[in-house]
Amino acid sequence: MVGVAVMLAAPAFAAPDPARIEAGRYQAILADCIGCHTAPGGKAFAGGVLLDTPFGKLATPNITPDKATGLGNWSAADFRAAVKTGMAPGGRRLYPAMPYPAYARISDADLNDLWAYLQSLAPVRNPVNVNQLAFPFNIRGLMAGWNWLYFKTAAIQPQPGKSAAFSRGEYLVNGPGHCGACHTPKNLFGADTAAALTGSALQGWFAPDITAAPRRGIGGWHVSEVVTYLKTGHNSHAMATGPMAEVIENSTALMRDADLAAIATYLTALPGDGAAPAPLSAGDARMKEGALVYDSNCRGCHNSGGGGQSLIFPPLAANPVVQQQSADSLIRVVLAGTQSAQTARAPTAAAMPSFAWRLNDVEVAAVLTYIRNAWGNAAAPVSPDAVTKTRRSMPRH
Amino acid sequence: MAKLLPRKDVVIMGLGWTGSILGQELTAAGLDVLAIERGPWRDTANDFNIGYMPDELRYAIRKDLFLKPADEAMTMRNNVSQTALPMRDYGSFLPGAGVGGAGVHWNGQCWRYDPSDFIAKSHLTQRYGARKIAELQLQDWGVTFDEIEHCYDRYEYLCGTSGKAGVIKGQVQQGGNPFEGSRSREYPNPPLKRPYCASLFEEAARNLGLHPFPTPAANLSRPYVNPLGVAMGECTYCGYCERFGCANYSKSTPQTTILPVLIRKRNFEVRTECEVMKINLHPDGKTAKSVTYLDEKGVECEQPGDLILLCGYGLMNVRMLFLSGIGKPYDPKTGQGTLGRNYCYQTGGGGATLYFDDKRFNPFMGAGALISSAHDFNGDNFDHAHLDFVGGASISSGQTNGRPISGRPTPPGTPRWGSQWKAATAATYGHVMSIGGSGSSYAIRGNYLDLDPTYTDRHGRPLLRITFDFPDNDIRMQNWVGAQVEKIARSLNPKILTTGKASKGWNAVPYQSTHNTGGAVMGADPKTSVVNRYLQSWDVSNLFVLGASAFPQNAAVNPTGTVCALAYWAAEAIRDRYIKSPGALVPA
Repeated sequence: MVGVAVMLAAPAFAAPDPARIEAGRYQAILADCIGCHTAPGGKAFAGGVLLDTPFGKLATPNITPDKATGLGNWSAADFRAAVKTGMAPGGRRLYPAMPYPAYARISDADLNDLWAYLQSLAPVRNPVNVNQLAFPFNIRGLMAGWNWLYFKTAAIQPQPGKSAAFSRGEYLVNGPGHCGACHTPKNLFGADTAAALTGSALQGWFAPDITAAPRRGIGGWHVSEVVTYLKTGHNSHAMATGPMAEVIENSTALMRDADLAAIATYLTALPGDGAAPAPLSAGDARMKEGALVYDSNCRGCHNSGGGGQSLIFPPLAANPVVQQQSADSLIRVVLAGTQSAQTARAPTAAAMPSFAWRLNDVEVAAVLTYIRNAWGNAAAPVSPDAVTKTRRSMPRH
Repeated sequence: MAKLLPRKDVVIMGLGWTGSILGQELTAAGLDVLAIERGPWRDTANDFNIGYMPDELRYAIRKDLFLKPADEAMTMRNNVSQTALPMRDYGSFLPGAGVGGAGVHWNGQCWRYDPSDFIAKSHLTQRYGARKIAELQLQDWGVTFDEIEHCYDRYEYLCGTSGKAGVIKGQVQQGGNPFEGSRSREYPNPPLKRPYCASLFEEAARNLGLHPFPTPAANLSRPYVNPLGVAMGECTYCGYCERFGCANYSKSTPQTTILPVLIRKRNFEVRTECEVMKINLHPDGKTAKSVTYLDEKGVECEQPGDLILLCGYGLMNVRMLFLSGIGKPYDPKTGQGTLGRNYCYQTGGGGATLYFDDKRFNPFMGAGALISSAHDFNGDNFDHAHLDFVGGASISSGQTNGRPISGRPTPPGTPRWGSQWKAATAATYGHVMSIGGSGSSYAIRGNYLDLDPTYTDRHGRPLLRITFDFPDNDIRMQNWVGAQVEKIARSLNPKILTTGKASKGWNAVPYQSTHNTGGAVMGADPKTSVVNRYLQSWDVSNLFVLGASAFPQNAAVNPTGTVCALAYWAAEAIRDRYIKSPGALVPA
């Protein structure tokens, strides 16, 4: 008993309530902490994930309660300040790759739960060299100016006349879910523009428009289809791959159904831009070549008509991912291959192989131009130069 | 000194079909399961790439996915008077290797055996008298069709099998196999589209009073999500099934049906590139303690387990029992002993090849089980009273592939090379169909498995020795069925018709069939079987031996459906009875 008393006495606060730890675990799911703070094959929350930002590389820190390499010496107040204002103990400024502008909306009570959860984890000794940026971006003090320009912490009031689900969805999307971190276009300084959630380039991918835009966004999706997508990684319109597959596996697939419905309610109510270019005509030389490449390489799985196959091969017709302004994700998928999200409800995780060795840049451009303009789709053609650029940026196998 | 590892509830040797099924069922029952697999990990995404999978030279000719003789070879002879020699290349049959095992490269012909197959000895004795089968060593299986019908059903729904039921709850169904055992429900997916050759065969067979039907195919006729939630795609009829992994998620394999779920489980672990050396027994000799294996770096490890499941290919299961000293070796001179007993194969020969000028078959469109069959002369579906044999064959015609290297039929008399050969292959391609008979293989006293006295593997362990020749009964059967095949073929008026004959002298070189059965057979009598009706070793109660090694003799059709039905059957017995009360499920 003495031993227990000593253990309890050591920290300045009482042992956390299991209910709070559990509540904090859910906050970690909502905020997808694990997505950035767990390296592939590494211990959970021990950091070390390299984030490839437009300004250089950042490694994510260890947020387990290890005293030497993690947050073992932080207080709850330190944690709240870092998450909500980007200011770590000692006046060290975080880079906004940590989405504190979004996390600023999380309530102190929820953050205290999250802190209780993180403190309940086993400490992991994993030193991380966080700041791998080049001059001048390696100067953390610059972030003071950035914050002054772009960090708006004003608490957002519920919009009048909207349902509770809409308001909850608005909070989840723009607060802990920090969807805009990937899906909102950025200005030159990496800050969000006003075109919220209309799609943005991201580490060689293009995070698509997730407003209710009819063609590029999810305007054609029913609320329940958005929920199915977030829950399983799959629905009849699209399948998650790349960074979104990770978000689904680590975060949305584990969210409560009511929260997913709230997110879906909010996103499907966001007005979007339905403008689209006129599709290329079937007689266009690129379309003719693209059709040939499609028939001999793609059709076996994605089907004639681009209809795909339920839960295993995504449809290409009417798939918003196919019709984004940027074809970055498509080029990448064709060259490098990809694997769809694996969740408890959709465990198959079918994969598309790399075609980099089989198709040249002109053929890749042609087939992507074709799928972006066939079967009712309409989007800008893809140039062979864009394919060349992506191919050069990829590691050679 | 082997590195002693922490114990597991269940240790599975081999992660093919049976290992995957047992792994899934026993993890679902809450047990902590480890699978040890000699070969590499393989999955569709990484290993069966649509870009390079249709590579006939790599996969079909050079046999990229198969067991290499350097890893495990076997010796063979036709009878005890000969000295067995090692097979330096696998030819007559091709065991699988790696995760998925032979379940990766099979064609997907997803059959059930007939009810009479499970009671072959008692059924034939009752119908024709004991003298009729005196030259054979037939045995009953100890389990009946009706007992495992629901296990067949589970497997077919796991696979998404495409077919047409012949008998549902005792009612004969139009278009199916009227001779099949009564099933509880229809197949989960409709039959594949019929190729022209199969349509011609069906018509000709029907005109002769036979009852043709679509061969049940574990090639998907439409997109499907199985009861585990795993999705599969529709078959594209690409013609790269047998010897290949399926790049389209359209052929049912452990990878496309179970592993995506199993591998996610926290209570499941697979260790690949780990080769089991032997099963170790407790000092009492009645229970297994552990298995010894070499890990991927060659380090010797001892893995204790409460329950040991031998889930390798049938021939390898038998060898592992020999190497572990479990069971009494069979002696062909006396007929005593059980281990190695009743080794059987598949009887071929007696097929017909039909050459036409006016018919085009487009053989490049195919699937492993894109076949139609007739079972009028299968098993005991016809009266043998006035025939000089028992058993029968499944007669069939289909289009599994028309690949560029091996799919080049030429008429008799064509040179084997040169410009005339080239011209003949071009002129003939697409104008040929065949009708074949896959025949039963019945046990005789002289066909058996044991350890070779001379040849050893890279670890110094004796190789498995196969002593086998086609029994006279099976040769007579196959040639009688061949005459029926010829009648069907002639009725189609081909320009040229060639026919083959079954003959003695099993040859290990040309490919025949990877349907090696027996050697650790199941049964009700421990004097004539290695495992009881639940595939539990009679000698070592915490050891189960899965696979076709359990078949007391082989029926005419492909064994995978029955192998997997028995896997579910054993899993049920373990889950419902063994876990609650470990020990012999059948008193010896």
